[in-house]
Amino acid sequence: MIQLKVNGAEQSFDGDPEMPLLWYLRDILGLTGSKFGCGVGLCGACTVHVNGQATRSCVAAMRDTAGKEVTTVEGLEKNGLHPVQKAWMQINVPQCGYCQVGQIMQAAALLNSKKKPTDHEIDEAMSGNICRCGTYQRIRAAIKAAAGEMA
Amino acid sequence: MSAIENVSRRRFLAGGIIAAGALVLGVRHYSKLSSGDKLPHDTKADHATLHPNIFLGIDADGTVWIVASRSEMGTTSRTTLPLIVADELDADWKRVKIEQAIADKRYGDQNTDGSHSIRSFYDAMREAGATARFMLIQAAAKQWGVPAAECETDLHVVVHRSTNHRAGYGELAGAAANLPVPSREELKFKPKSAWRYVGKGEVSYDLEALVTGKAIYGMDARVDGMVYASVEHPPVLGGKVKSYDDKEALKVAGVRQTVPMDPFQPPPAFQPLGGVAVIADNTWAAFQGRKKLNISWDNGANETYDSDAYKKELRETAHKPAKVVRNIGDADAVLAKAVKVYEADYYVPLLAHASMEPMVALAEFKDGKVTAWAPTQNPQAAQDIISKELGIAKEDVICHVTLLGGGFGRKSKPDYVAEAAVLSKKVGRPVKVVWTREDDMKFDYYNAVASMYMKAALGADGKPTAWLQRSVFPPITSIFDVNAVYGDPPHLQQGWTDIPYDLPNLRIENGPAKAHVRIGWLRSVANIYHAFAVQCFTDELAHVAGRDPLDYLLDLIGKPRTIDFKGVEYPNYGAPYDAYPWETGRLRHVTEMVAEKSGWGKRKHGKGTGVGIAAHRSFLTYVATVVEVEVNDQGEVRIPRVDTVLDAGLVVNPEATRAQFEGAAVFGASVVRSGEITATKGAINQSNFQDYPVARITEAPYQTNVYIVDSDAPPAGVGEPGVPPFVAAFCNAIFAATGKRVRDLPITKLGLS
Repeated sequence: MIQLKVNGAEQSFDGDPEMPLLWYLRDILGLTGSKFGCGVGLCGACTVHVNGQATRSCVAAMRDTAGKEVTTVEGLEKNGLHPVQKAWMQINVPQCGYCQVGQIMQAAALLNSKKKPTDHEIDEAMSGNICRCGTYQRIRAAIKAAAGEMA
Repeated sequence: MSAIENVSRRRFLAGGIIAAGALVLGVRHYSKLSSGDKLPHDTKADHATLHPNIFLGIDADGTVWIVASRSEMGTTSRTTLPLIVADELDADWKRVKIEQAIADKRYGDQNTDGSHSIRSFYDAMREAGATARFMLIQAAAKQWGVPAAECETDLHVVVHRSTNHRAGYGELAGAAANLPVPSREELKFKPKSAWRYVGKGEVSYDLEALVTGKAIYGMDARVDGMVYASVEHPPVLGGKVKSYDDKEALKVAGVRQTVPMDPFQPPPAFQPLGGVAVIADNTWAAFQGRKKLNISWDNGANETYDSDAYKKELRETAHKPAKVVRNIGDADAVLAKAVKVYEADYYVPLLAHASMEPMVALAEFKDGKVTAWAPTQNPQAAQDIISKELGIAKEDVICHVTLLGGGFGRKSKPDYVAEAAVLSKKVGRPVKVVWTREDDMKFDYYNAVASMYMKAALGADGKPTAWLQRSVFPPITSIFDVNAVYGDPPHLQQGWTDIPYDLPNLRIENGPAKAHVRIGWLRSVANIYHAFAVQCFTDELAHVAGRDPLDYLLDLIGKPRTIDFKGVEYPNYGAPYDAYPWETGRLRHVTEMVAEKSGWGKRKHGKGTGVGIAAHRSFLTYVATVVEVEVNDQGEVRIPRVDTVLDAGLVVNPEATRAQFEGAAVFGASVVRSGEITATKGAINQSNFQDYPVARITEAPYQTNVYIVDSDAPPAGVGEPGVPPFVAAFCNAIFAATGKRVRDLPITKLGLS
């Protein structure tokens, strides 16, 4: 039995310990905000926070989440919108939107560790997150806007 | 309207695409999708107090329901089309609710492809809004005993100024519903000066849902009692299962059963590919079970397909005289006698769509009927193929359209939706089929591999006196006709038969190529390879002639004129030629404008940097693009800046349009940098983003500036036309920066590093 916290709530899981966290979140808990894009940690659509760190949930086995705190987009902000989500709306980042939850979770983690990231730091932090619609320049602008808001 | 049965509203997709709260944090509590005997055919608009048109309804509380009949895959058409209705209705956008239509032919064409949602539905949307506005005004005038002509509307209110009467749309809806629906001739459309939304635009109706994870894509659809399926398809197109052993697969925890699926009967069209499906309690178990299948395949005739050998074949064919698709003068005679002849071969490989959401669909077969929830660009085609596969009536297939996690043309082919329906019938439960990324890469409908041979004779002034161009590519029609080997007019028109240059001798040909994989539409389709060849060859000729590429391009475009396609089969993207003529003056204008905006010839470019230009019309939109590149000593290519100018006629939503052109530059960057699907012994070699890389934030243009020409011409496409000129301009910029010509995409083969 694996015990973990998801968005602040205690959960226990007694299935296949090799099951990636993504499928536990989506299929078992019904938290579908985190997306399946590649299954091998190459696209970032599944990004969640595990103990505050941006993590590719499609390659994080459930056995490794025991005792950890998982935050998904559904739990990113208790009251209203997170500053990153607000910035995403202000800059009108999404097109199809499928990758954007992963982008937002990655950006939120970046801004937790770097208050005012440079272009280079943004590129470095975000280069694991693919957006096939091509919203990258707006993502960069939104991260800067959110950084200003959170400062 | 015909009578509409009042059905239960248990579906969580009610009111569109946004999930009810239950899905958001409601652990282990799933709302029930409709799966009862009575299937939902109707919309809230159908049941509204005032319902003068299938696209629109107004409730007594003033809520305006607008039906989005086309699929939303990121182009914002789900928002932009309703904006046109709201504008003509003079409605308050905040009081508009959008609901997504199911597949239903009463909405006309729902295949959301070809960049024509706005073009084809602009009039219908205006008419819907104007009809309701007319009836609301009539109702108010009758109530107040004043002439309707003296009444006007002002944001959700009808006003009679001289008597100071005012009434909200909601208050008037009931009375308006009793009036006859006016004919189109009676309608009065708003003058441009009174437009509230058209030309100004709006962000996506779903924007907050998109950033909070509440938006529901096909991947997120759920229904009680559903099981998950993952299908091992034949690795080679047309292959069959000889035998299989599922003993180990069935031992995987959560795996329920395996189901053999019939191979398709050629041609493939939108039929499921066949193979073996693993049915499980969750997606992961289905994936794991699949890995344990032991299948013996009969690969069939396409096993001989090898993409390296095929490339050589295409090039050889491109060097032989072929079918003439357009001819002016006598290019052959001039070329034979010319002193200066220049020739070049261009090649673009198969390209995959790689939408971020892989193919996925949920379907339930029950009591002879199917209900499906799918991220599809083409819900009516999903109805068709499901009805054929299951032998039921098309009317007995309900296809709900979720949001699409990208489409780019792949999701106009509903093979994956049919797969879910077939499996549901076989297992007696709702089935959600989830494709892996590997499935998506290996079983795509690829953009055609193409070889282009270009040859020109240059006169003393450096301008072409004769021009020959010959393209060879396996046509999209091959998925519907196994014998099809030539390009058809709808694809030859895409940057090939419509070369806009004023040339005295021009010969355009197309040679045969047999398909060994499924070929399909991908964002801008044949324009990608055609514009690459034409616009890069133009740049090469400018260099040979010692001319500035911009000046040379403008010289070839020539004086403003309307191209005469007499004797040429030119479908003009399905649009009437009088409304959408091919005007070279508009191409010239965007070219001159992009030169000015990008500072062409005015900015200094140091070592390893350079700019390239290209101009192209596709989907009735004129676009010119300048790309700036920087190539460092390690051969790494950066794109610091892109300037692009478009003339798409009337642009309803400029904000969404800018986003489309920013995105097109990134899509084009992927094509040039790394887009290549190859095959060995008929099986696709690529599998995921490590071997089919797409542009990441560091590889995308740093800044794309989009300029929209203010135009009163009728609206044209914006989703696709940004890609072709970007691809060519990027390649021309690489030459400017490095002296190396790009003729063979992608540039991994160029040897920059």
